[in-house]
Amino acid sequence: MVSTIEVSEIHKAYGAVKAVDGVSLEVEAGEFFGILGPNGAGKTTTLEIIEGLRQADAGQVRLFGSSPWPRNSAVLPRIGVQLQASSFFERLTAREQIRTFASLYGVGPKKADEMLDVVGLSDKADTRAEKLSGGQMQRLSIACALVHDPELVFLDEPTAALDPQARRNLWDLLRAINTQGRTIVLTTHYMDEAEILCDRVAIMDRGKILQSGPPAELVRGLDAATHIAIETGVLPVEEARRMFDGTVEVDDDGVSLTFVTRTPAPVLATLAERNALRGLSVRGATLEDVFLNLTGREYRA
Amino acid sequence: MNRGFVSLSRAMLLGFVRDRTALFFTILFPLMFLALFGGLLKNQGVSRSQVVEVGQVAVLDQLPADAKAEISKVLDVTKMADPAKALDAVRKGDYAAAIEQQGDQVVVRYSAADLVRAGTVRGIMESLVQQSNLALAGTPPRLKLNSEQVEDKSLTAIQFVTPGLLGWAIATGATFGAAMTLVTWREKRILRRLRLSPVSIGSVIGARVGVSIGVALVQTAIFLGVGLLPYFGLKLSSYWWMSIPVILVGTLSFLSIGLLAGAWAKTQEAANVIAQLVVLPMAFLSGSFFPLDSAPKWLQTVAQIFPLRHLNQAMLDVMVRGKGPEAVLPQMGILAGFAIVVTALAAWLFRWDDV
Repeated sequence: MVSTIEVSEIHKAYGAVKAVDGVSLEVEAGEFFGILGPNGAGKTTTLEIIEGLRQADAGQVRLFGSSPWPRNSAVLPRIGVQLQASSFFERLTAREQIRTFASLYGVGPKKADEMLDVVGLSDKADTRAEKLSGGQMQRLSIACALVHDPELVFLDEPTAALDPQARRNLWDLLRAINTQGRTIVLTTHYMDEAEILCDRVAIMDRGKILQSGPPAELVRGLDAATHIAIETGVLPVEEARRMFDGTVEVDDDGVSLTFVTRTPAPVLATLAERNALRGLSVRGATLEDVFLNLTGREYRA
Repeated sequence: MNRGFVSLSRAMLLGFVRDRTALFFTILFPLMFLALFGGLLKNQGVSRSQVVEVGQVAVLDQLPADAKAEISKVLDVTKMADPAKALDAVRKGDYAAAIEQQGDQVVVRYSAADLVRAGTVRGIMESLVQQSNLALAGTPPRLKLNSEQVEDKSLTAIQFVTPGLLGWAIATGATFGAAMTLVTWREKRILRRLRLSPVSIGSVIGARVGVSIGVALVQTAIFLGVGLLPYFGLKLSSYWWMSIPVILVGTLSFLSIGLLAGAWAKTQEAANVIAQLVVLPMAFLSGSFFPLDSAPKWLQTVAQIFPLRHLNQAMLDVMVRGKGPEAVLPQMGILAGFAIVVTALAAWLFRWDDV
């Protein structure tokens, strides 16, 4: 069986800037795949090349076994695309928007209205798209991407500029879509989002994939220390240091007393014996640590 | 054409109908000009000259009835008994001249304030005196002057104004429609979205052309409807229907201008300005607002590059001048050629994306 997406060694340069510099990846049917990276890492360009919007300078792309470039009308009905900016027709209501998109694929109005219901916008059907809130707009544009039952869905930063509630709301929706057996490719710069949603991620920076794999595997591979914190004052700092003979890094910032260790079990056991667990929090490494470790800590807009 | 064509046409049409600004500028605004020009210029042309007849003037009073009616088309004669009063009125400019008969002499007293009018009155009176002389001498006139009006008798301002303003309205609608759709759809990434759907490029273009032609036909119907109201009194000549194919090719040529502006401009504002910079001067130089007959020769030559000039000419020919359908074929050819060349240029400049 052919992979849903096969990309090998694609390159794309704009003048002297190498936007995509030798990216290879493979996505299987039913996978939830994430492309992570800071702004300007080349995520969107990579996605556009895979979708067939741009031609790669070099390298090969296969979607369902055939090339998406030049415009391949055999592949187009099988993919659904949600674009970064919400692209809606002007002065059309939510229902008119989705019905228009549906008809481009030969899908009837009934199915379109159902899809509006799936994303929870039935009560906003008669509202013009430009009057919808950010979250509603994103849901409408995802509905427009899904209305023709595509096997493969591309989502480009679907939760950018959403409030926390709207983000979680959208995550549930995306998980439901994936559970139906659809393949999803998502770009994001939110690490928590990728960690929660994706089966597999590729971390990109400066046009290259730095690392890829299931999020949990990447985190484990980092072999990072665990941070154990309890409320300040439960245990004096000096005593805490003595307890572990200096094998554990201890720090008190006036709010929390933090232990940094690679062997959290004995630390937790000792603290439990002393009944000193008030305000306990244990934080392992996250995808964010993997990301920062890979890309370096310097700030980039 | 497939379903994409129908749904895209619908989306475009709804977007247009709900855009009050666009509706205003493509329909209501030109219509206001029609009402203004058509209403204000209703009694256009030089009005009758007003003269005072002091006492009895035989050459005027003894005219046969039909000649009297003919004279009254150009002279508005008021009778006054007092010569001093009459002269005073002429001096004030209330009348063009005072006419008095003193024995065998007909005296015309005029003011130098309006020499053209005074000359008209003098000319008329002179010919009347000549006629009387000939009649008195008993010799029948050997030569006869037969004068006829060049235009159709009903050719009033509305006849000129309707095709010109309609042409302007169509140019505005089609140019802005095409430019704005292209730029807005590119800016909002709808073009990109369409490119990723299985809809054909032909359907996208076809939808825009279809909607623009529909809008142009609605504009035509509204303009002719308003012009034909008894108040304005537009009278169409028998081949007026030939203006419909003329309007179709005209719309295509304006669409091509809009496509070019839309392909070139990056933002909606820029597209708006470019379209305005083309349409407004074009409307002035194409005789949409006033006839170009008195414009300098070089300007008339320059105006030939504008499709609106040819559209206006062709519409005037078949709508009001009563020319046959074959008379506008050259203009239709020019409009079609213009549309092809400019569309090709727009296609060459076309970009799906901003980047």
